[in-house]
Amino acid sequence: MTGKAPDAKLLLKMMKDMLLIRAFEEKVNEMFMMGKIHGTTHLAIGQEAVAAGICAALTDEDWIMPTHRGHGHDIAKSGNVKQIMAELFGKKTGHCQGLGGSMHIADVSVKNFGTSGVVGGTLPIATGIGLALKMQKSPGISVCMFGDGANNQGTFHESLNLASVWKLPVLYVCENNLYGMSKPIWEAMAIEHVADRGQAYNIPSKIVDGNNVLEVYQATLEAAEYIRGGNGPYLMECKTYRWLGHSKSDQRKYRTREEEKQWKEKCPILHFKNFLLAEGLLSEEEFEAMTKEVAEEIAEAEKYAESSPDPEFEIMSRLLYA
Amino acid sequence: MREITYAQAVAEAMREEMKRDPKVFLIGEDIGIYGGCFGVSKGFLEEFGPEQILETPISEQAFVGAAVGAAALGMRPIAQIMFSDFVTLATDQLVNHGAKMRFMTGGQLKVPMVLRTPAGCGTGAAAQHSQSLEAWMAHVPGLKVIMPATPYDAKGLLKAAIRDDNPVVFFEHKLLYKLKGEVPEEDYILPIGKADVKKEGKDVTIVSYSYALIKALNAAKALESEGISAEVVDIRTLVPLDEETIVNSVKKTGRVLVVHEACKTGGFGGEIVSRIVESEAFYYLDAPVRRLGGADLPIPYNPKLERMVVPQEEDIVAAVREIVR
Repeated sequence: MTGKAPDAKLLLKMMKDMLLIRAFEEKVNEMFMMGKIHGTTHLAIGQEAVAAGICAALTDEDWIMPTHRGHGHDIAKSGNVKQIMAELFGKKTGHCQGLGGSMHIADVSVKNFGTSGVVGGTLPIATGIGLALKMQKSPGISVCMFGDGANNQGTFHESLNLASVWKLPVLYVCENNLYGMSKPIWEAMAIEHVADRGQAYNIPSKIVDGNNVLEVYQATLEAAEYIRGGNGPYLMECKTYRWLGHSKSDQRKYRTREEEKQWKEKCPILHFKNFLLAEGLLSEEEFEAMTKEVAEEIAEAEKYAESSPDPEFEIMSRLLYA
Repeated sequence: MREITYAQAVAEAMREEMKRDPKVFLIGEDIGIYGGCFGVSKGFLEEFGPEQILETPISEQAFVGAAVGAAALGMRPIAQIMFSDFVTLATDQLVNHGAKMRFMTGGQLKVPMVLRTPAGCGTGAAAQHSQSLEAWMAHVPGLKVIMPATPYDAKGLLKAAIRDDNPVVFFEHKLLYKLKGEVPEEDYILPIGKADVKKEGKDVTIVSYSYALIKALNAAKALESEGISAEVVDIRTLVPLDEETIVNSVKKTGRVLVVHEACKTGGFGGEIVSRIVESEAFYYLDAPVRRLGGADLPIPYNPKLERMVVPQEEDIVAAVREIVR
């Protein structure tokens, strides 16, 4: 590991964030099966390290635009599982008063801009966030997350080009989980790495092990430092894997159980837990206690969400126009 | 009062707002040295510099989306699309994102931006540079849609649009750019969502907007000599629509013709007519309601055909004669 090493407190926070994300997503899955949450949702189990590593490296001035698989980013940015869960339940107490749902969770109080249900839709807007930050001479940067599916959209290419020409403070993070819904990346593009596309726009890029939270954290710090230096955007590709299907109806016929097994062996949580144990920064007992604490938080969030009131019909017309 | 052109009025509105508020900026293609495709922003780069005149690559998705993002962070962009036909390239950013941002974040964000764009036919630019797509935009909750017909309205409504906290689509008909009219030099704002009775009359109401409104006014003048007194209502803004002014006029005259250049099928005229017949004005009607719209065809290149596919002054005159007969 190069550069500034995180202190023990931050390391433990990353551990807890990942546990919280995992437990949250497992609970959401369960609520779906029980029919308590409707619509659709995209779960980030297996990808926890990307959200936790990136958000740990950001400052209070930085904005994020998560992907549609975004609960993890929301949690890592705010830790506010109660309001996030309430939003998934469509309740008035949710971040978006129940009008946004899984694909549109925003929490402006912590500079989480929210995301887009349109693959690639966030890229131009996150570029605009970067533009505003630059015009306002803010020290902050705009962090735009997107999946491997988004990097074949025109918005990816238009946005990277524009940000590079104008030297905008934007960190583009491709969370490459190998499949755009069912389409494997090797059938969707003729090069191996999304990161290689940075070169076409004169944007430096880096490939990162997305299942290694420390590597993600470190790479984000370095990229952010480069961006804050007024050098323009940066492209980071985090290689990772989603353990579950794209959304709730996915039978995962496009990939093998063997492949899933191999990736599960690279579990980001287990990997990081073992690292912390080896470094003497965490004991098994402390890990158990943390797991228990997380389970309680999630149970509380569930209770809060379930008992919250629905939004009133009238709020919609009030919220349509400012 | 001094007279300036519609293009000058649009430019003056932007200039005044950019001077008043440094958060206002213009973003789009060839808006700098070139001065925009129709010369509206000529001299702006020298006057405001690259901090407020952001000339972009040809990337409608990127710069309209960037405008949405920057607006949500407190800036007030005016995104200029070179021809309104190219709104199609940026529709996802405008319709799926900008228009819904406030709603789907439960009111946490707002998007104070203007999308300005030249619309309409009559310049020989053929099928991809001549359309009138305002009904598409009017169909999207969260957007406001403005189509002024006179220099006075253009200045006052553009200034209002720039100060509005919502995404506003502002269509400028290309044939209006050279039209001259009285425009005050001082700062003034016209309310968005207020129609204007451009000419009073008692026999028939003509409801229109944008360049078709100018044709309607000319037609109304011609009809005067035949003893037909037409009232001309300029809706000016499609969303929000000033139903009251339309309904009151129809109640007064008992007859109505709605005119626009956009294709008749699915055109905004259908909405205007529906509002009339769903209102109490229905009971005051002495003749069937009529619409004149563009033919359901792409705009052709041939100048004679181009003229024939959209309602002209003589078509309006003929239609009114039939209605009042």
